[in-house]
Amino acid sequence: MSDITLVDLCIVACSEAFRGNGEIVATGVGPVPRVAAGLAKLTHTPELMMTDGEAYLVEQPVPLGPRKYDDRKPAGHLPFSRFFDSAVWSGRRHAMVTPTQLDRFGQINLSYMGGTYDKPKTQMLGVRGFPGNTIYHPNSFFFPVHGPRVFVPQVDMISGVGYNPAKRVAGGNFSGVNLRRIVTNLCVMDFGGPENQIRVISLHPGVTFEEVQAATGFELARAENMETTRLPTAEELAVIASLDPHNIRASVLKDNPPAVRAAA
Amino acid sequence: MSLDKRMSAAEIVAQLSDGMTLGIGGWGPRRKPMALVREILRSDLKDLTVVAYGGADVGMLCAAGKVRKLVFAFVSLDAIPLEPWFRKSRESGALEVLELDEGMFQWGLKAAAFGLPFLPTRVGLGTDLAELGGLKTVQSPYDDAETLIAMPALKLDAALIHVNRSDWRGNVQVFGPDTYYDEWFAKAAAKTYVSCEELVDRMEDHYPEGAQDNLFERCFVSGVVEMPCGAHPSSMPPHYGWDMKAFKAYADSARDPGDWAQVASRFVGASEAEYLESIGGKEAVAALSLPIF
Repeated sequence: MSDITLVDLCIVACSEAFRGNGEIVATGVGPVPRVAAGLAKLTHTPELMMTDGEAYLVEQPVPLGPRKYDDRKPAGHLPFSRFFDSAVWSGRRHAMVTPTQLDRFGQINLSYMGGTYDKPKTQMLGVRGFPGNTIYHPNSFFFPVHGPRVFVPQVDMISGVGYNPAKRVAGGNFSGVNLRRIVTNLCVMDFGGPENQIRVISLHPGVTFEEVQAATGFELARAENMETTRLPTAEELAVIASLDPHNIRASVLKDNPPAVRAAA
Repeated sequence: MSLDKRMSAAEIVAQLSDGMTLGIGGWGPRRKPMALVREILRSDLKDLTVVAYGGADVGMLCAAGKVRKLVFAFVSLDAIPLEPWFRKSRESGALEVLELDEGMFQWGLKAAAFGLPFLPTRVGLGTDLAELGGLKTVQSPYDDAETLIAMPALKLDAALIHVNRSDWRGNVQVFGPDTYYDEWFAKAAAKTYVSCEELVDRMEDHYPEGAQDNLFERCFVSGVVEMPCGAHPSSMPPHYGWDMKAFKAYADSARDPGDWAQVASRFVGASEAEYLESIGGKEAVAALSLPIF
């Protein structure tokens, strides 16, 4: 048990976000969310759909890292040219992503930080598909570094819809807004507090609520039955290893720490 | 009218004029009509409004000061997530922008294609996009009375698209895993110019079995030029993958020396023939393996 890594614990926690989601496209962007989506499909939720990261739907999740171009076995086709019709605007998708900032309303930012729309201090990617994703289908998040630069009181540019009452346009249909889980290197959170307040539902082994709160730029709620995030099973570890044969996940968390902290 | 739509790249660029709204097909580092973009970079064309799912096409045009306004949802080289020349332009305040969601963007192209002033969408509500971009709302006239964003038509004066094959009449064949929104760039534009990997005489004599790859009909094509390797350094499946080494050199040059005038000749070349030779010729491009995701 001592050789179980924190990143594998995070992957299992992320995969739980997809449990029982049904026949929808599970999109994990980045190594941890992607392996997590594959793990969910290969264990508890086989009905999930997913792509090879390009344009084909696969029933066998493709592993991370170098492999032959034709190693994927396409079972279907979901190119970007059909993506909004088939997956996003139909609500048949659950994406897990890592934006640059997330605020107390679950609003996210990946466009720019500081400065103005006309002259940003730091230009990032642009809003990509996040405005549409967040108003149409469920979303979850993974952050490898839980800190106040990520969890901010108010994001600089609202690139994804959250639960901010001030951003509710009268007559708008926000029924598709569905923020599910936030997994970090410290804990698992959801939006189940009062008025969708972000709350801690489990702490990773050895982490305290106070430590999480201190690393967060806004007030967190604490779930009544807050647990310790469970360790991966042997079966889950084997599936994770098969989905990441080159151990790319070892570089996601600083120093690739163990799941259970050494006693101080 | 003559159905022979063959032109040189220089003749295509001569059809464009200062201040035009120009759509560029492809997606990030994929299927970009880079040879035509390089031809623009060799010209004195300026003050463009560029509409693109951006990659190095946008980065280079921004770096060269060709862009007055940019309509975008992202600008990225995938493995190099942040396009450095685009960032420089943005952070210097040199660009007017309209930032859109990826889905709204194609919705705007579709509105233009159908001659509509706008198409309604939920996308954008609850974010900063509408306010920052001056997008207005409409109310459904039906019982639901839903408030929706009116995504304005993205009308293009011209579009540039790189395709796999074409004949001289503009019968194109566009294939590979994903053709992104090239169809809608073609239909949103008053004139669409395509470069192709392979130009054939009469498509029906050469590749009749590929007719289902005719992504948009020839009435949407105004000019055709054969430009093998014309997407380099972006990918053009199944012919070749992206050239990440070239992208990296291009990205690094944004830091050092950080001055486009000093490096333009390297990434643009005095002519397309010279450019191709500088990157090792067609054989080197054909050897670029397709990206694995």
